[in-house]
Amino acid sequence: MQVAVASNFKAPLESLADSFEKQHGHKITVISGATGKQYGQILQGAPFDVFLAADSRRPELLEQQGKIVKNSRFTYAIGQLALYTPKHPHPTQEFLTTSRFNYLAIANPRLAPYGLAAQQYLQSRDLWQPLQTKLVRGENINQAWQFVHSGNAEAGLLALSQLLQADISKDYYYLVPAERYAPIVQQAVVLKTSPAATALSDFLQSDSGRKVIALWGYALPDRKDTDNKGTTHVR
Amino acid sequence: MFADGDLMALWLTLKLAFISTLILLVLGTPLAWWLARSRWRFKFLLEAMIALPLVLPPTVLGFYLLLALGPDGPLGALSTLFGGSGLAFSFSGLVIGSVFYSLPFVVQPLQNAFASVHPATLDAAATLRAGPLDRFFTIALPLARHGLLSAAVLGFAHTLGEFGVVLMIGGNIPGQTQVVSIAIYEHVEALDYGAAHGLSALLLGLSFILLLGIYALNRRFKLVSP
Repeated sequence: MQVAVASNFKAPLESLADSFEKQHGHKITVISGATGKQYGQILQGAPFDVFLAADSRRPELLEQQGKIVKNSRFTYAIGQLALYTPKHPHPTQEFLTTSRFNYLAIANPRLAPYGLAAQQYLQSRDLWQPLQTKLVRGENINQAWQFVHSGNAEAGLLALSQLLQADISKDYYYLVPAERYAPIVQQAVVLKTSPAATALSDFLQSDSGRKVIALWGYALPDRKDTDNKGTTHVR
Repeated sequence: MFADGDLMALWLTLKLAFISTLILLVLGTPLAWWLARSRWRFKFLLEAMIALPLVLPPTVLGFYLLLALGPDGPLGALSTLFGGSGLAFSFSGLVIGSVFYSLPFVVQPLQNAFASVHPATLDAAATLRAGPLDRFFTIALPLARHGLLSAAVLGFAHTLGEFGVVLMIGGNIPGQTQVVSIAIYEHVEALDYGAAHGLSALLLGLSFILLLGIYALNRRFKLVSP
């Protein structure tokens, strides 16, 4: 089974795939890339079974265009934004008003949901215009990470999941308050009906699946089936 | 027809191609002359290094440049030494990247042209007491002028279409590092096919006209020479 996944969720999916393969016996091939690109590829007939997008816009479009299995769209994770400053320990949001950085890396707001969230956050603090000359835009959140990781940008508004994946200590990032940007809702859709695809969709929404997703630095949507456990929303 | 941002990207691209070509001609001409004349047995090492960008994906070059331009990399350290703030995300960084990236497109036609200048002609000039610089500027360079022209146009056209290197080290800053190819990529990814078509068609036309010029000239020169 071929699963197309947003770059930011590649590592979590790979770890999920391990236990999924053991439990269900279906083999998963992970194809990661930018959500916009994969959306275009799906329209051109790419042979993907399941699509885990970085946003809800592309899955919604696919649903409207009748390209998905009916009622298969669901939210699997909610991204969290963090300010990462590898050379300046214990950053607060005041860091962005200082002159301690030449470049702030973000994902391109026009293409990537984490970039849009970064823009909304900066706008909410009236920093979007003043920081224009310091903003460098990566094609996606992974490229923004490369800009910071290579030392070319001193700070970045990145995905918390990336920082956890790279074992970055809590001392070097500041978790942006969730009310400062519209939720980064990451949705999945099933593109082709098969037992394996259904099983993966169920697995991602199961308790054990959700536990793993939360460990990777994502918040979780409230459960669809109201089983009085609606408190699993981690923030 | 074009948005302001697109015009800015177009202007930046032309500026980048022009400056890079100028630098490449200044650096590439003596290099090509030396390569064409030298009998050094390890010359092939240098030739292979210069030809690398022909086969390497630009992202490889861009990746190493990103590391080299960073504050811990050699080029970046050099720039911070002179009070700069690193070379990535700057126009200067793009120029450095383009010079590496387009080097073989300038050096190879020049080298071929210089190689076709007959040594006897130069020897004859030497017996008439023309010095090395004199021989180079009044005999070799005019004889190799079609190579010079091809080198300039190829270098310019190749830089015009540069993408991978800029994607890796540019940071997509409008007016500073957002070149046409990056702007097109962004339009396509954002599903704005209209804007992508406009810029793409323009670049296609421009590149074709440049290459038409080269091939027309080549033909003329072939007709002239026996």
